[in-house]
Amino acid sequence: MTEKNFVITREAIDIEAVVNKVADRNAGAINTFIGTVRELTNGKKTLYLKYDAYIPMAEKKLAQIGEEIQRDFPAAKVAITHRIGELAIADTAVVIAVSTPHRADAFTASRYAIERIKEIVPIWKKEHWEDGEEWIGDQLEKRSYPSGKPEKEDL
Amino acid sequence: MIKVLLFADLEERAGQRIVEIPTAEMNIADIRRYLLDKFPQLSASIRTAMPAINEEYAADQAVASSGDEVAFIPPVSGG
Repeated sequence: MTEKNFVITREAIDIEAVVNKVADRNAGAINTFIGTVRELTNGKKTLYLKYDAYIPMAEKKLAQIGEEIQRDFPAAKVAITHRIGELAIADTAVVIAVSTPHRADAFTASRYAIERIKEIVPIWKKEHWEDGEEWIGDQLEKRSYPSGKPEKEDL
Repeated sequence: MIKVLLFADLEERAGQRIVEIPTAEMNIADIRRYLLDKFPQLSASIRTAMPAINEEYAADQAVASSGDEVAFIPPVSGG
């Protein structure tokens, strides 16, 4: 099977297909993270979102996240699909699936993957409101880039 | 010729995604200056963008050669 585990797509994401990519006889857990489009951010109502990506680099960086996870958890299997284009409220934007022999590692790795996507993967979202639109920048919340960009060790 | 890609608000401000620079070699800092010259409206956003050469993040001193693909990556917001 040569199906890609790290994908940027313009189509609706088939969640089960992503999960199936990490199915493994030695897995004791598959952790699935589903990122969805939220209507309200700080009281402001989003009508819809548009995602764009530098597709080949984004897929490469998603694969890098998979490798980073396997460095910590060699038995882990990882699959990530991120959707781009126009998305409506409640649509699925990203699906991360991680399988590991024991559940704690799957939770940890899945969390790591979504945080890392927000650091290094060239994907951007543009929020469209009733009164305007804007490309959203760094929204990690827990971390800021003092120099305005990721530090070397972040990449 | 060096191919430069602009994304998100950089693309929108410049009005184009692809800029071709007819040169054999240029480092990232000079490419930034070249773009600012051509598109002064990029001034705020190009400073916070991360450069990449051939799909890998690169430093300001890194040199791109003809045939390379350079990209300026504004702060990302996927997920």
